[in-house]
Parts: sequence; C-alpha cells; structure tokens
Amino acid sequence: MSSVIDIERLVKTFGRLKALDGLDLTVRAGEVHGFLGPNGAGKTTTIRILLGLLRADGGRARLLGGDPWVDAVALHRRLAYVPGDVTLWPNLTGGEAIDLLGRLRGGLDPRRRAELIERFDLNPSKKGRTYSKGNRQKVALVAALASPVELLLLDEPTAGLDPLMEVVFQDCIAAAKASGVTVLLSSHILAQVEKLCDRISIVRRGRVVQTGTLAELRHLTRTTVEAETVRPVTGLAELPGVHDLTVTGQQVRFAVDAEHLDAAIRALSAFGLAGLVCQPPTLEEIMLRHYDAGGTDTGYKQANVGASR
Amino acid sequence: MTAAIVSAPAAATASGSLAGTGTLVRFNLRRDRIALPAWLLGIAGFMLAGPYLYANLYPTAQDRANQAAVVAGNPAMKALTGPGYGIEDYTYGAMLANEYLAFVLILVALMTTFTVVRHTRTEEETGRFELVRASAVGRYAHLAAALLTAALASLVLGVIVAVGLGTAGVESVDWPGSLLFGATFTVTGLVFAGVAAVTAQVSAFGRAATGLAGAVIGIAYTVRALGDVADNGLSWLSPLGWMQQTRVYVDDRWWPLLLGVAVAAGLVTLAFTLVDRRDVGAGLRAPRRGADSGSARLGTASGFAWRLHRASVFGWSVTIFLLAASYGSVADVIGSYADNESLRQMMESIGGATFVESFLSFICAIIALAATIFSIAAVRRARSEETGGRAEPVLATGLSRTRWLASHVAVALIGGLLLLALGGLGLGLTSAATTGESRWITDLLGAQLAYAPALWATTAVAVAAFGLWPRATGLAWAVLVWSLVAMYLGALLQLPQWLLNLSAYQHIPRLPVADLAVTPLILLTLIAAALVAAGIAGFRRRDLDLA
Repeated sequence: MSSVIDIERLVKTFGRLKALDGLDLTVRAGEVHGFLGPNGAGKTTTIRILLGLLRADGGRARLLGGDPWVDAVALHRRLAYVPGDVTLWPNLTGGEAIDLLGRLRGGLDPRRRAELIERFDLNPSKKGRTYSKGNRQKVALVAALASPVELLLLDEPTAGLDPLMEVVFQDCIAAAKASGVTVLLSSHILAQVEKLCDRISIVRRGRVVQTGTLAELRHLTRTTVEAETVRPVTGLAELPGVHDLTVTGQQVRFAVDAEHLDAAIRALSAFGLAGLVCQPPTLEEIMLRHYDAGGTDTGYKQANVGASR
Repeated sequence: MTAAIVSAPAAATASGSLAGTGTLVRFNLRRDRIALPAWLLGIAGFMLAGPYLYANLYPTAQDRANQAAVVAGNPAMKALTGPGYGIEDYTYGAMLANEYLAFVLILVALMTTFTVVRHTRTEEETGRFELVRASAVGRYAHLAAALLTAALASLVLGVIVAVGLGTAGVESVDWPGSLLFGATFTVTGLVFAGVAAVTAQVSAFGRAATGLAGAVIGIAYTVRALGDVADNGLSWLSPLGWMQQTRVYVDDRWWPLLLGVAVAAGLVTLAFTLVDRRDVGAGLRAPRRGADSGSARLGTASGFAWRLHRASVFGWSVTIFLLAASYGSVADVIGSYADNESLRQMMESIGGATFVESFLSFICAIIALAATIFSIAAVRRARSEETGGRAEPVLATGLSRTRWLASHVAVALIGGLLLLALGGLGLGLTSAATTGESRWITDLLGAQLAYAPALWATTAVAVAAFGLWPRATGLAWAVLVWSLVAMYLGALLQLPQWLLNLSAYQHIPRLPVADLAVTPLILLTLIAAALVAAGIAGFRRRDLDLA
C-alpha cells in the first residue's frame, strides 16, 4: 500500500521551543489514522506543516506524493482541512463561508452540501459571529466533507459538537473511508478514535512514541490479571514484567507486560486456578501513560496502569 | 432561596451595576501599561517641543509678525490651524495656540477613542467581556472603567502639558495660559471618550465603533476648518473649535471648556442609557438574516477580498467625497482673501498662483493623506485575517499565498485610486459650482490623481512589512504620520529638506499651482511596485502567524 503522508524526522522550532523533535509518521492510502497526544505535543504543528502553512526546520515531509511547502496549492485542491478552532468572518454567513472554502478548494458538490447541512442541523443563513463554537465547527466540517477530496486533515474536528452530532460525524467519516478517502484524525475523544481509526500514532513532546493498530498498541502494554487460586500465591513478584501485585488470601491481582503474560499465567496456574479475568488495556489507559508529563518515553516503568480501575 | 432571588434585582441598583469598576480600571491600566504612556509621551513630547522650536525659529518680534502675516492671510493655513486669535500681536503663546492646538488635539481625541473602544466593544466582540461579566461585575462596570481610564489619561496629559509649558520659561507662555492650555487637552479627551462610549454601543464591532468615532473627529475638524476659513460661526459647532475659542495665551477664556464638559457629560449619560437597551454582544440594530449560500464571485480570490473590504470602501468613498466637496464649497470665500493687496503680491511673486489655486492644491494633499488611511488599513486587514486565524482555512485551499495577498493589496491600491478620483471630483464640482469656473473639475481631478503614486508607495510600505517583518505592519502608520507632519509643520518649523523628502507626498507636483512633473510620479510608482513585490516574496517564504 502506498502512503499518503510520509514524514521522517520532522523538526520545527518556535524560538527556543522545540515543537517537533524528529517526528515520524506514515499514513497509508485509504486508512483512517488516529493522531493522539497531550495538548502541546505537536499535533497541530505537524498538520500545519503538512498544509504548507508552516515551514519545517528539518526532516522530510511528503503529502500525496508532493512537497507540502512547494506544491501547497496543487495539494490543497486534493485535500480538505478542518481546524480545531474555527474562526469565521463576522460579516459572512455560514453558508457563504462554506461556499467560499469549497470553491477556493476547487468546487463542492451542492447535493452533498445540502445533505450535510441537513444532517448536521446547521442554519446557514446566520452571520459568522452569531454562531456558537459547535456551529462554527459544523461550518468547517460541511465545507470539508462536501468537497470531493482524497485526503481529510482533521484537527480535533468535533470539539464543541453535541453527542448527536458526534454520531453524525462518525457516520460521515465511515462513509468517506468506504469511498476510499484517507483521513488523518487528531482527536482527544478516544471512543471516536477506537471506533474510526485503523491505525493510531501517539505523539508526545514532538515525537511519535507509538504507532500501530489498536491491537498492536494493546500488545505493547500491560494486561491486568485478576485471579482466584486454590492455594495462596507466592513468588509471583519475582517474575519479570509483573507489577502492582496484591495478594489477599486466595485473591490475586497484578498487571503484567504483554511479553511476560504467558510466563505469569503458567506460574499462576501452578497454584490451582479457581477463576481468572484478563483485561487488555483500554485506549484510555494506553493514552494516560503517554499523557502523563512526568513519565518517561517508554512509560513501562509507570505504575498505575489498571490499578486505577 | 426564593428570598435570595427576589432580592437580587434590589442589589443590582446603582452600586451593584458598577461593581468591579475599580478592579477593571486597574486591569485596563495594566493592559495599557505600554500603550498609554507611549501616547502620553508622544503627544506631550510633540507639544512641549513647540515653545523651544518657536523661540529658535522666530527669535524677534519682527519674525513673528512676518509669520503672522503668512498664517493669517492664507486660507489654507486657516483651514489647517485655526481662527488666529492674537495674530495682531503674535506672541509665542499665540503661535502655539494657533498653529499647534488643532493638530495635537486630534491626537488626544484618537487616544481616548481608541482607549474606550478597546476596553468596551472590542472586549465584548472577542467574548472576553462575557467571561469577566460572569463574575461579580456590574452591567455598567466595563463602560465606566473604560471611561475612567480614558479620563485619567486625559487628566495626566493635561497636567503634563500645563506643567511642561508653564515651566518652559518662554516669553508670553505664562502659567495662567498654560493651565488653560493643559485643560483643553483634558476636556478634548473627555469629549471624545464620550463620543467613543456612544459609538461602542451603536455598533456590534470594535472596528466599526472606532471608525464611527474617527469619523466624528474628522467631521469636528472639517467643520472647524470650514468655519474658520469662512469666519461664519460654524466653528462653534465643533468641539475642536471650542478649544481654540478659549483664546489661550491671548484672552485666556475658560468658559468655552464648559461646552466641552457639558457635551461629554451628555454623551456619557446617553451611552449608559444605551447599555440598558441592548443585549451583551449586540449592537442597537437587530442582526438580519443573511444569504444561505455564497455568490459565484465570493469563491474567487478577488471576489472574496472585495467582500471583506467593500463596506469600508463604500464608507470611505462617501466620506472622502463629502470632505472634498465641503472644502470646494468655500472656494469663492477664498477669493476674498485676495483683497489683501500685500499678500496677493507676495503669492504672485512666488509662482503666479492665485489664492484659490494654492488653497485647493493644499486640500488635494490633505485628501490624499486621508485616502491613504483607507489603503493602509486595507493592508492591515490582511494581517488581522492572518493573526485572527481566518486566513488559515482559506490558505489551506487551492488559493495561493500570492493571490490571497495580491487581492488584498489590489483592493488597497485600486480603492485608494478610486478615493482620490472621488476626492478630486468632489472638490472640483463644488469649486466649479461656487466660483462658476468649470475648469476646476478637470484641474482638480488631475491634481488629486497625481497623488496616486505617493499613496501607493506609502501603502506599499505596509505590504513590504507584512511580508518581511509582519509585526511591524503598523510601520506604515508612522510613515503616514510623518508625511502629515512634513506637510503640516514642515514649512512652519523649517525642517531640513532631507527629512521632508522622506515623505512620498513631498515629491508630488502641487497641481494646479505647479507644473506637472512626470519623473517623480514614475519613480514613486516603481518604488511602490518594488515594495509590493518584496512583501509578496517575503510572505511566500515565511511561516503564517497562527495562534
């Protein structure tokens, strides 16, 4: 599969602040790629470099086979962008802003525009300054989704949308994916990412720290094990990869790194298993490890995964 | 619970509506800790340099008498400066009052209007207001705090000017006059703070509120200019006229200031009344339902730029046309100044121009400067689109940076040309009508259009800055203000020629008095083109300024 976005060792500094510090990212054609990370991790900066709005200080970025800075205009005709914080022109109506953005991109499908306005329940005849945050977001979403493009760059696109509209958004992205559109979705809404994304990249302090499918990411993380044994458990704490062990009589609870799961369960079964519950980490748990600013890049030494439940 | 709800309206009376005002004043001063001192120092420095300059330029009574003859007999000078009290015995004090006051008071008016709008409507428009109002802050607090901030600045400025002049130790610049002189600054500041307080209630946009208040300043200046030239009492309709009617350093009349204080009080009362009649965030006019979809033209770079600028182009067109037409309407009165035989001879010995010609030629220069305000503001609009985040989604479409910026620049440059044409036409039509000489229409249209290269070059400074040093896009304002100073005070203060030459407008032939010289026009146009090209090239290379 060819890649639509191909970024290697991207660097961007703002004065003394290193916003991107050797970021790598690959988005394959036709996939919905989740772009996760704490605030200020460099997600928006990456997207703005892909749009040629900012110039990279180092590394390489390719977008749809072109150079995002040099070929900006030609590339922009093939993609649509929704910023996380949409600002509209106070004296233009929402409908006018949709048409403006759509036409400057090379035209939009009027039937699709009407359908999206209906689905997102947007009043297009109000002036820009009278829209609420969610409605401004809808204007940008309609303008982007009504355009026949190959790539959608979405930077926290549903911030401020109500849950009903969130469902509409997820349907629209699923439909776009079905028709072959590639999507880079930066988001903090983990349910949205779990539902929509084929692959996920987690960015932290200007670098991608993990990338893969949700299953792969889970595999990289600890599983929580709760068991009831016939005999009291001993010696489990000495096993590699076992954390947060608590033993209360015949009840045992611990977290174990994916690669040591097999050994841990074997050791456990020697005490006679009466009950066993294995919980793979949720995306939230995976994320929290990376969002925690005090953590190291690998995060494996961080405790509390699973213990918080 | 019920009791608390019932008692709430009772608490919201006078003191409640003003709750938080003191905190907001301190907050305003904190936010303006750079801007207000800069205004105060700039205005006071400019003003206080006056007595020393005059003492050096006109050391003897004879020098001053010669200057008096030039100023008093010249209608263009009267339009620019003032009615000319004390011209018979033209002391340093009388000179300051006559030649400085009208000009410097405009700066004072701008200072307080900007301050009031910035802390009221602009806060409301951006939504910060809402956040503050949701805390224990009364309905009137923002307006009251903004007015108090502006009043404080006006008061401090008045004191600085009064003390500065009083201690200057220049003959005839005495303490009673200096106190009155300072008081005109304070009262002018109060009057226009009141004007801005009202315009900030009328319009839902900070930009429009500032524009409206600016228009009132312009009208006040024009009414005074026309009244002083025609000597028909019209000046008494202008707050700026009242300040000159104090006859400071000549008769030291305090009572015209009462007019200013009364009007300021009236305007402030009106503004507070309007606060009660509108919702937060709204203007006085209910928003209308707009178009469901954009017109085909809106989807093009030029159509989009036009849409953003068109209201401003219309407003400026009307303003410039009326401004020019009003000056042309006194063309016949100017003719009567020519009765002063010695002055007529002097003028004719200079270049054979008539009074009417030299007056109208001067007005053309002033109109050109006014039109440039529009053009620079149009380029600055591109900057506010960028920093306001509105350029980001547009530049993420098939619109290139070059075309985006070029379309804004085109509106600025072509719009400026349109304003010059309208100004020349307005001036020409009324001049022709009052004097009965139809040649004025073509003569003045040509004279006005000759300023296009100067307007373009000055505007192009803003374009170059936008591309190469975006934070300094406002630099073009400094260039424009310098051009105004050079035109206005260059001759009076006998500034060195090379300094004057920094203003593009000094290189434009003063048609119809002077002959048409094409070379400077071509050179200025080329400079403008080079600056625009540099600006666009710079913009293509730099990062967008994004939040």
